[in-house]
Amino acid sequence: MTGAPVARVEEIGRSSLGGVEYLGALAVQFWRSLRGIKTINPFALHPLRWKRTIDEMVAAGVGAVPIVALTGFCTGLILAFQGGSELRKLGALELVIPLVAIGITREAGPLITAITVSGRSSSAFSAEIGAMVMTEEISVLKTMALDPVQLLVSPKFLALLVVMPCLTVVADVAGILAGGFFVYHAVGTSLLLYIRAALDSLYIRDIVGGLIKSIVFATLITQIGCLQGFRVKGTPLDVGRATTSAVVRAFFLVIVADLLFTALFYVVWP
Amino acid sequence: MMPSESVVVVRNLVVKYADRTILDGINLDISKGEVLVLLGGSGSGKSTLLRHLIGLERPLSGSIIVKGVDIGRCSETELNKVRRFIGVSFQNAALFGSMTVSENVAFPLLERTRLVDSTIDKVVLLKLAQVGLVHFGAFYPSELSGGMLKRASIARATALDPEILFFDEPSAGLDPITAAGIDELVIYLKNALQMTVLVVTHELQSAFKIADRLAFLRDSKLVAIGPKDSIANSTDPWVRQFLDRLPDRTSNDKTELLEQLAERLGVRCPKS
Repeated sequence: MTGAPVARVEEIGRSSLGGVEYLGALAVQFWRSLRGIKTINPFALHPLRWKRTIDEMVAAGVGAVPIVALTGFCTGLILAFQGGSELRKLGALELVIPLVAIGITREAGPLITAITVSGRSSSAFSAEIGAMVMTEEISVLKTMALDPVQLLVSPKFLALLVVMPCLTVVADVAGILAGGFFVYHAVGTSLLLYIRAALDSLYIRDIVGGLIKSIVFATLITQIGCLQGFRVKGTPLDVGRATTSAVVRAFFLVIVADLLFTALFYVVWP
Repeated sequence: MMPSESVVVVRNLVVKYADRTILDGINLDISKGEVLVLLGGSGSGKSTLLRHLIGLERPLSGSIIVKGVDIGRCSETELNKVRRFIGVSFQNAALFGSMTVSENVAFPLLERTRLVDSTIDKVVLLKLAQVGLVHFGAFYPSELSGGMLKRASIARATALDPEILFFDEPSAGLDPITAAGIDELVIYLKNALQMTVLVVTHELQSAFKIADRLAFLRDSKLVAIGPKDSIANSTDPWVRQFLDRLPDRTSNDKTELLEQLAERLGVRCPKS
C-alpha cells in the first residue's frame, strides 16, 4: 500500500534534484566560458582562438542570415494577416502597422531568431563536442593542460553573443518589411509612408528589449548545446541523443526565458 | 639499468565505480628513464590505472605522486603544472579531426608556448621526422592509416618534449610490421631523448621487446612486477599462463559443453 506513493515521492525528488544539478552545471559552464572569453585576443601571438571565433561567427551567423530573414518575413506577414482580420472589423486596419512593428521587435524577431539558431547551432555544438568526447579529443585537451570549456565553449559563446543580436535585427527588418508588403496590398499605403509610421510607433526600449532577450537566448543556446555535448558518455547513440536533447532543451528554456523577460519588461517598462 | 629516482610513485591506489572495485591497493614506482610495460587481460583495470596516472580521474583513496605532486589531491592549477611534463598517446590516437597532422602537432606548441611561427614549423617538422611522417603533414587524420595515426599521435604527444610518456595500447590493431615500427620508435624515444615511458598493452612480443620492467595487472591487483628476465622465468601460475598464452580452464570438451547446456535446459543427457 505504502510502496507506490513513496516510490512516486522518491521519483519526484530524484528528478527535481536532477534538474537542479543540470542548472548548476549550466551555471558553472557559463561562468567558466565567460571568463574564458578574455583569452580570445585577435592581437595575441597565435590568434588561434580568435580565428576559431570568427569561424563560429561565419557558421552560426552568416550562414543563418537567409533562413532568419525568410522566417522573419513570414512571421511579419502572419502577424499582419492575423491582426488585420480582426482590426478590419473595427475599421482600424492602419493599426496593423504598430501591431507588426511592436510585435516583431519586442517578441517575434528575437524568438524566431532564437528558434532558428538553436535548431542550427545548438545541435551542431552538441554534435561537435559529443564526437570529441567519444574520440577522446577532450581527454587529449585535458592532458595538454588546456581547459576544454575555455577552448571550445568560449569562442562559440562570444560568436553567438555577437551574432544573435545582428540576426535579430535582420529578422526585425524582414518582419517589418513584410508588414509593409501587407499594408501596401491591403490599403495601398506606400512603403515609405509605412516605414515612417512603423518607426513612429516604436520606442527605443522595444528594440533594446528585444536585443537584450536575444543575448539571453544566445547564452542559453550555446551553454545548453555545449553541455549536452560534454555529457556524451561514449557511444555514437549518445551523440544522437545529445543533439536531440540539446535542441529540445534549448527550445524549452528559450521560451521560459522569453516569458520571464517579457514579464520583467511588463513591470519595469509600463 | 641503475635504479634511480622515481618520477611516478603510486601508493595503495583504490578505485571503485559504484560497488565494483576496479583497482585494489596498487603500489607502483616508475624510475626515471625506464620503459615500464603494464600488462593485463581485458578488463583488468589497466586503462583505468592509466587514466588515473595522467590525472583524468581522481582516486578514491591512495596517492599518485608524479614529479613530487600528489595529482589525486592537488588543485587543478597544480595538476596542469605537472601535465606540462607528460605526454599521452591514446589508444585510438585521438587526433583532432578538424586539423591536419601538422596542425595537430603544432597545436600544443601554439597553445602552450610563446614560440614564433617559424620556430614552431621547424619543431613540427622535426617531430614528424622522428616518427617518419614528414611527407604527411598536410593530410587530415581521416586520410591516414591506423599505424600512421598512432605515429602522428606520438609526434603530438612529444611536441613539448615531455619527461614522461604514456602509451595506451600502442600496437593494438596494427599489423606485425607496423607494430614493430612503433616498438622501435618507443625504444628510440627512450634512448635518444631519455624519456620515461609507461606502455599499457596486452601484446606480449612487443612488451618484451621494449620493456626494462614489466608489471602484471590481474583482477584489480598488481600480481607481479620486475625486470624482464625475472618475469620471463617467473613461476607464478597466472603469469606463466599469460606468458604461455594458455586459455582459462573453461572447457572446450564437446560432451562437457553439451552436459552443461542440458543442465541449463533441464533435460537429461543420454549417456553415451
